[in-house]
Amino acid sequence: MIPAIQVAQLSKRYGTVQALADIDLEVAQGEFFGLLGPNGAGKTTLIHILGGLALADRGSARVMGFDVAAEYRHARRALGVVPQELVFDPFFTVREALTFQSGYFGIRDNGDWIEEVMHHLDLADRAETNTRALSGGMKRRVLVAQALVHKPPVIVLDEPTAGVDVELRQALWQFIRRLNRDGHTIVLTTHYLEEAEALCNRIAMLKQGRVVALDTTQNLLHMHSGCYVELRLIPDRLPAALLPLVALRRDGGYRLALKNYNEVERLIAEVRAAGLEIQELEVMQPDLEEIFVQIMHRA
Amino acid sequence: MNNEPITHHPSPITGFYTLFYKEWLRFWKVKVQTVLAPVLTALLFLVVFSYSLRGHVEVFAGVDYASFLVPGLAMMSVLQNAFANGSSSLMQSKMTGNIVFVLLPPFSHEEFFAAYLLAAVGRGLVVGAGVLLATVWFVELRLEHPLWALAFALLGSGVMGALGVIAGIHSDKIDQLAAFQNFIILPLTFLSGVFYSLHALPPFWQGLSHLNPIFYMIDGFRYGFFGQSDVSPWVSLVIVSASFFALSLATLWLIRSGYKLRH
Repeated sequence: MIPAIQVAQLSKRYGTVQALADIDLEVAQGEFFGLLGPNGAGKTTLIHILGGLALADRGSARVMGFDVAAEYRHARRALGVVPQELVFDPFFTVREALTFQSGYFGIRDNGDWIEEVMHHLDLADRAETNTRALSGGMKRRVLVAQALVHKPPVIVLDEPTAGVDVELRQALWQFIRRLNRDGHTIVLTTHYLEEAEALCNRIAMLKQGRVVALDTTQNLLHMHSGCYVELRLIPDRLPAALLPLVALRRDGGYRLALKNYNEVERLIAEVRAAGLEIQELEVMQPDLEEIFVQIMHRA
Repeated sequence: MNNEPITHHPSPITGFYTLFYKEWLRFWKVKVQTVLAPVLTALLFLVVFSYSLRGHVEVFAGVDYASFLVPGLAMMSVLQNAFANGSSSLMQSKMTGNIVFVLLPPFSHEEFFAAYLLAAVGRGLVVGAGVLLATVWFVELRLEHPLWALAFALLGSGVMGALGVIAGIHSDKIDQLAAFQNFIILPLTFLSGVFYSLHALPPFWQGLSHLNPIFYMIDGFRYGFFGQSDVSPWVSLVIVSASFFALSLATLWLIRSGYKLRH
């Protein structure tokens, strides 16, 4: 099957900044793919090249098999992009904005689908409202709707939940998950790593324009053999032998970083030997955020 | 949820037409500012100049100065507004970031250019028609060669529409566009024979005026009304047509290159 997105040796430089450096990446059709990285890692540049908002210096990028430069019209029809910036056209209502966007993609009489998208994104009540009069969250919904009006097989969301409330975030993910179940390929960039962990099947991590990790979410979560222990003691005093393991001191407790699960027994033995009582002990696997920090630190 | 793919074949005509219609609606929604205000400005010019310069400026034989002024003012409004439409739309879209809405869809370069160009021509013609409608009650105006007038209105607004698209693409800030308007467009239109016949000027200024392409647009348009002009309308037609094609090619090249649109 043709990959939804295929990127080979892609490079882009802005002045002295190497935004992308020989990136290779493939996203299969139907995947929910995460693109993570700190600010300036190259995520948005990659998205811009896919959408034709930026031109690559070298290499190739394809959407559903279509080259984004040589076959840009086919590639753009296959792609829906939700931009990171909260942009809107102050001259038009929500319905006008969606109807125009649909028309730009060559689709007339798309009213039924536009109604459905508005319904799912809770925009139906605001259909005749000027986009300038909407709240930030509502404007974000309009951006999502604009990316979906032509029913693209590949949907790219560039930090779609930045600065939006929990309710919208939940509603948005419910809708996007449904689109993914229906066969749409989703590519997501976000700084909320718990979102990426919960939603994405596979994740690429970028740093300074390079892919520094690329694997399934599960494999990434298991790549670290260590674990964390949340510990509360009575009295609240840690034995000296355990002090080097402290990752975080919390009110009334500690988070200790262990190299492996076998160290848990040694930890308990040290606590008992010190005559302390364990009030609470929780062994935790590192989450994606911790893995992300480790990978970024190492790369 | 209805997730059937959209099966009907996407039509490029629909894409082009939608972008044109959006651009048309964009100025029409604020018509007080984009249509009525320039019509009022032209009326004020007519009142002030026709009273103050009547009898002082030599124009065509048998043509009253106020009548002479009207086609010039109409054409000046056509040109300035055709320039303003594409330039302000593109520059504002770039500044606010909503340019992505027209850069992400699969427009061909020609569709993109044609939609902005036609909307600019449309606004120019609407304002020009408004100026004629508003002034025709006060002056005696004859229209001897309407096709000549229409040809110059279309080609002139096309030239300025294309120039507006170039200015909009090039400008990142309001003052860049204002510099374009104040230091290039405004002097060229004011010094193009709107308010006088070229024959009233000393030879040096006559020669200089022949280098101004807007002079030929005004002069050719005026020929359509009075059947008289400073230069042959055929010469004007060739120069204005050549300007239009040259600027259109330049604009298309800019759009194709992604200059200041696709980084």
